[in-house]
Amino acid sequence: MEKQTSDWNKNTKKNTIRLFRWTMAWVLTLAIATFGRLYIWESNTLLSLIAIGVNFAIGIGYIFANKHHLRGLDELQQKIQLEAMALSLSVGIVSGLTYSLLAQAKLVHPHAEISNLIILMGITYSIGIFLGNRRYK
Amino acid sequence: MKNRLKVLRAERDWTQADLATALEVTRQTINAIETGKFDPSLPLAFKAARLFGLKIEDVFQDEVTS
Repeated sequence: MEKQTSDWNKNTKKNTIRLFRWTMAWVLTLAIATFGRLYIWESNTLLSLIAIGVNFAIGIGYIFANKHHLRGLDELQQKIQLEAMALSLSVGIVSGLTYSLLAQAKLVHPHAEISNLIILMGITYSIGIFLGNRRYK
Repeated sequence: MKNRLKVLRAERDWTQADLATALEVTRQTINAIETGKFDPSLPLAFKAARLFGLKIEDVFQDEVTS
């Protein structure tokens, strides 16, 4: 029993570290793909393609690491994650489409970037995690 | 759903962390179950009952009264 349980704790820690590494790698390659074109290789299409391809490939690894991490959590943690993701997704969809409708009706200046939506979803996800942890404290 | 986890744990002089480790969940989960904020799944409930050497109904009880 002791060995099993320490294995579970060890696996959870390992999954978290793995997810952290994949996240960092994805963020780093995203930054390279974004700013490399602007400040390093400029109009070199091949280098841009390579940077985007590497970022995409690492993104796939990040998705699997995230999935692995979620499956390794216990049932309460999974519930907290599910509720936070549901909040984030629904706020993202509703806000994004509302903004799109406002832009089509020419009621707002249509200059929102995809990054604005990602920031909104990230913030609502963090709020969801905070609220979930507080609820089940 | 009511449960006797806290009592059973105290009888054995186990902390929440001890029970969490034995059931392969976090201490937060044990606390949430003990305080009635979270109902465990059937597999986790059976695992807890098995750990205490009891039947599942001796650990968890339905709160609905007829």
